[in-house]
Amino acid sequence: MTLISKALVRIANSFVSVLGSLILVFCIIYLLPGDPVLSMIDPSVATPEMIENLRRELGLDQPFYVQFVEYFTAILHGDFGQSLINSDPVLPKILMHFSATLILTLTSTIFSIVIGVTLGVLSAIYRNKWIDILARLVGLFGISMPTFWSGILLILIFSVNLNWLPAMGSDDWKTLILPSLALGFVGAGLIIRMVRTSMLEVVNEQFIVTLRAKGLSERVVMYRHALRNALIPAITIIGMNIGEMMAGTVVIETVFSRQGIGRIIADAIMAKDLPVIQGVIFFSAIVYVIINLLVDLSYSVIDPRVRRSH
Amino acid sequence: MSQLLDIQQLKVDFTTKDGYLTAIRDVSFQIKAGETVCIVGESGSGKTVASKSIMRLIDYENGKIADGDIRLNDVDLTQLSQRELRAIRGKKMAMIFQEPMAAFDPVFTIGNQIIETILAHKQSSTEKARKRAIYLLQRVGISDAELRLKQYPNELSGGMLQRAMIAMALALGPDLLIADEPTTALDVTIQSQILQLLQELKTEFGMSILLITHDMGIAAEVADRIIVMYAGGIVEQATTLQLFESPHHPYTHGLLQSVTTIDSDRSKKLFSIEGSIPGLSDLPSGCRFHPRCPYATERCLNEAPPLLDVNNRKSACWYSEELVKNDSWKKPTLQTTSDLQRPRKKEQPREKLFTIQELSKFYPLGNRTFSGTSSFVRAVDNVSFTIEKGETFGLVGESGSGKSTLGRVLLQLEKASGGKVLFQDQDLSKLSNKELRETRKHMQMIYQDPYGSVNPRWKVGDIIGEPLQVHQSLTKKEKRIRVQELLEAVGLNKNSSERYPHEFSGGQRQRVAIARAIALNPQFILADEAVSALDVSVQAQIVNLMQELQNDLDLTYLFIAHGLNIVRHISDRIGVMYLGQLVEIAPSEELFKHPAHHYTRGLIGSIPIADPRHQREIISIHGEIPSPANPPSGCRFHTRCPAATARCREEQPLFREIDSGHWAACHHPA
Amino acid sequence: MKEAINSKTIWSAPKWNLIKLKINLSASNLFVYVAGMIVLFIVACALFPQWIAPYSPTHMHTEFILSPPSALHLLGTDYFGRDVLSLVVYGSRDSLIIGVVSVLIGGGIGGGLGALAGYVGGVVDMIFMRFTDILMTIPGILLALAIAAALGPSLMNVVLAVAVSSIPGYTRVMRGQMMSIKKRQFVVASRSIGTPNWRILIWHILPNSWSPLLVMATIGLGTSILVGSGLSFLGLGVIKEIPDWGALLAQGRGYLTTGWWISTFPGLAITLFVLSVNIIGDKLRDMYDPKTK
Repeated sequence: MTLISKALVRIANSFVSVLGSLILVFCIIYLLPGDPVLSMIDPSVATPEMIENLRRELGLDQPFYVQFVEYFTAILHGDFGQSLINSDPVLPKILMHFSATLILTLTSTIFSIVIGVTLGVLSAIYRNKWIDILARLVGLFGISMPTFWSGILLILIFSVNLNWLPAMGSDDWKTLILPSLALGFVGAGLIIRMVRTSMLEVVNEQFIVTLRAKGLSERVVMYRHALRNALIPAITIIGMNIGEMMAGTVVIETVFSRQGIGRIIADAIMAKDLPVIQGVIFFSAIVYVIINLLVDLSYSVIDPRVRRSH
Repeated sequence: MSQLLDIQQLKVDFTTKDGYLTAIRDVSFQIKAGETVCIVGESGSGKTVASKSIMRLIDYENGKIADGDIRLNDVDLTQLSQRELRAIRGKKMAMIFQEPMAAFDPVFTIGNQIIETILAHKQSSTEKARKRAIYLLQRVGISDAELRLKQYPNELSGGMLQRAMIAMALALGPDLLIADEPTTALDVTIQSQILQLLQELKTEFGMSILLITHDMGIAAEVADRIIVMYAGGIVEQATTLQLFESPHHPYTHGLLQSVTTIDSDRSKKLFSIEGSIPGLSDLPSGCRFHPRCPYATERCLNEAPPLLDVNNRKSACWYSEELVKNDSWKKPTLQTTSDLQRPRKKEQPREKLFTIQELSKFYPLGNRTFSGTSSFVRAVDNVSFTIEKGETFGLVGESGSGKSTLGRVLLQLEKASGGKVLFQDQDLSKLSNKELRETRKHMQMIYQDPYGSVNPRWKVGDIIGEPLQVHQSLTKKEKRIRVQELLEAVGLNKNSSERYPHEFSGGQRQRVAIARAIALNPQFILADEAVSALDVSVQAQIVNLMQELQNDLDLTYLFIAHGLNIVRHISDRIGVMYLGQLVEIAPSEELFKHPAHHYTRGLIGSIPIADPRHQREIISIHGEIPSPANPPSGCRFHTRCPAATARCREEQPLFREIDSGHWAACHHPA
Repeated sequence: MKEAINSKTIWSAPKWNLIKLKINLSASNLFVYVAGMIVLFIVACALFPQWIAPYSPTHMHTEFILSPPSALHLLGTDYFGRDVLSLVVYGSRDSLIIGVVSVLIGGGIGGGLGALAGYVGGVVDMIFMRFTDILMTIPGILLALAIAAALGPSLMNVVLAVAVSSIPGYTRVMRGQMMSIKKRQFVVASRSIGTPNWRILIWHILPNSWSPLLVMATIGLGTSILVGSGLSFLGLGVIKEIPDWGALLAQGRGYLTTGWWISTFPGLAITLFVLSVNIIGDKLRDMYDPKTK
């Protein structure tokens, strides 16, 4: 019972957060200077009346709160409005490109977890050996290299010079490799550092001494016991990382000229295409909230202290 | 009997960033099959390193055996590879540790961890291993063994976990069990249970035990032979009886005198060894004890004495033979040091400093938004008593009894949930913030961890001067003079005010804390476990200092501690708490001689006695303290009480005066 | 055992003495010194580009259009014949301004809010945390993008966007710090002798929060530079004669096949700077955080 009510509280909280983010972005776009109408039609050609008409047509002459309420009621009915630029309905547009971005995020995440956890663990076990130094360097570079640069380097090496992989496009799986590497590298860096730190902390715990005193092999001590304990704090980082990668597609999809939601919002922001921006941010907030719930859930699977409390 | 374990000339080095550090050297001792040997020593003596070296666990902590050998059943453990060692660890020798809470992997069940041990060492089906685990858990006194098997470490209490730890250690019937301070983290009642269990299991499993402890009482009770370590070396080795009857080394001699026992004379000052324990990196030359030894000569300064055979035992002192012939040496317990001037102030009726009336402190528990009902942890529940001016009121009880909470509520560091605290007839809860801050001048506090309770960035002079800064407007010079006075009053060099707290030893830091507490000439000091973290020899120094200051400054103390002997020594009256309630109050001597409440009796009966000739009558309290969130009905102690009746289950006993000045809450006082 | 542990692992009085740090040259610290020198050099570039850059960044060496790295033009030239090295040196100024100023603003506001929430607790804490929860649901770069787009392109607007997007991070960390310091025993001890709240804040809490704040700001500087250059890369930055590193890199993107050096070197500059800052940040954290000892 308490578990369910706890989950309900969490979901309610998440809902408030999503709503809050929606209002916030609405405020940012609406209240800050800049006129979307002027970006739609050339002011040198259009008469003031035309601009005024267009504004009325789009409902932009209404007061702020009216616009928001109208927008929000529409969302509840599944209507995310239309693009101001080309009048495409927003929802289908997002849905159409969402899968591409999701796949990219997923492959990057898998790449970053595999590399991050492996190197992080090895780095902690072979502390101060060459593999530790290597892993720490990978970690540092991972968090220090801008994705747009590592993306460009990858293109230079693998497309321009070696001609192994396509530099752009989003057609087949080959086009997925380079962007996933560029995007996943950042996450890998974060995860390596986190896993290493938390492994080193766990290895100093008293229970590790107990395990050794029982005569267990180092392999069992490290991979069965230490790793599982070390992964508990790492899960949060991994979860947060998924959100960050999703956001990172904004840059990466531009670098690799891929279709996707990141590209859509990058374009929409340039054009002040309010409904599209709203729609994408609403989506990303929901994704963030879902990831957070999953992280909480995985905690209770992996950590009995969470599972059994209350 | 054959030697099970034979250690010769063991030397262990640790690699640190400043090079090698030798933790122990020239350590040689043997353990026979079926024998219990205790290593006793204070912090930094190397006793834990010695025990971990036997298991070669130091290999994982940047340590290495630099010299000597360790033979278990004639196999030299120092020569084995880690792989070969693994076959021996857990099977031929097993180990249990100080903190049972930290010694289990939190993400695996108890059963999982015991079964894993069994399977690591022998071919067995999981089902058989599981049966064995259940048997072992039952054997160590865990009820519902099958259920416990599926539980995680955080779901069991400390005492339970230590039992489970023992079960795990015994899984493969080891020849040697190494127990490193196995009861230090536990309450005295649980300690007594665990020690008793270990004794039983030793005979049943036919093993030897190497017990590491700092408590002379535990050593006296369980050991066949005792090894005393100091600053990384053995200073004395003898049978238990020999050692307690006539210690041969000045350190052992001093240590035994520092121990407070139930029978020691309260009017005497506690014996203490001068100075403090040296750190490993700056060991003194020659005999390492010489700076603290009252008998040291030129020779001790230059030449380190080896462990010599003297009178059928071993002692590392040049003068053991002569010293023991000395008359003043012979009767260590009767030897008097300067008497403490304890004014007999009992006669005249004393003024009340604190009056506590029906005081309660509840903490809300869990989320109340959905469940609707509110549950509370009743940390302090309806407590009334008084503290008289000039006395020391001791407060004892197991962890979870609410004694520390009571202290904090008394000083208004936490708000009471109900009841009143009157300080000199003034209701503290009615004071405004400003008035309360003013009143705080008169009541100060000393904490268990003297390092945690001072700002690590401040110099000692500023730490001691902080209360002066807050409450008095002194010039810089006046303040400096006052700080120097205070430093001298607590026995520190008056020039230490420019140093940082981390440059001091634990005992010295506690002196700093005391200096700060007396800076404003308060009337009252709350000492919350103020000496619990200190070594025995240092503990005595601090207790003596507190008593001297009490006489000089006319202080009133509330002394909270779990070490019963020390509380007995320092207190005029003692209150016993159980599950948030006061169950007994009596003058110190009276309480120990004629405990009325069965809980008090059990507590006192659980204290190990530092005298091997004196086998204590075991009045064990079985079971563990229940959760204060859900205390038992009627008398809260009835679930563990040997004298409980149906009435105790239903009716809460009144706290009544059963003798002059002796109060107890029991239907059937002893 | 307790004493031995106390004096070593619980953080000892910190050594603010940075000079001492410089002298203690050992292999493990080598990275830190190299990183320190890189940071100093780049800061020097930002302050005095005219002394370091070989040419004017705007001068078009028309005879050297798109020439690869050579003795004359160490990092090559771009499609207008501008010297890439000079562009990178001059570009450091805007990049650094974005990083440093946004850390000051974001760290100041976020840290301040976090400190307040952690110290005061109760309703204030609840409201602030609710607000950061909301900010957290929008990934930093998206928030920065939205703000930068709404405000329009200007250096200050990019700074603001980056600063706002970094606020929730600082708030969370600082709040946690505050709450843990507040509970430390010496603070309680000071309260128990009757020290007024404001004095506790000044004497005990603030001095013990500097080091975590410093660590946070150092690591935050790296992040801010990355986000800032990301915005410029996407074209939301300043359109100026002398582009910052992110914009410079974006401009070279069209010439990957003909002039790899144009986008490679600005990216290298960003990476080197952020890397150095992170190395220093790690070092500071190791020095001040008792947990990583």
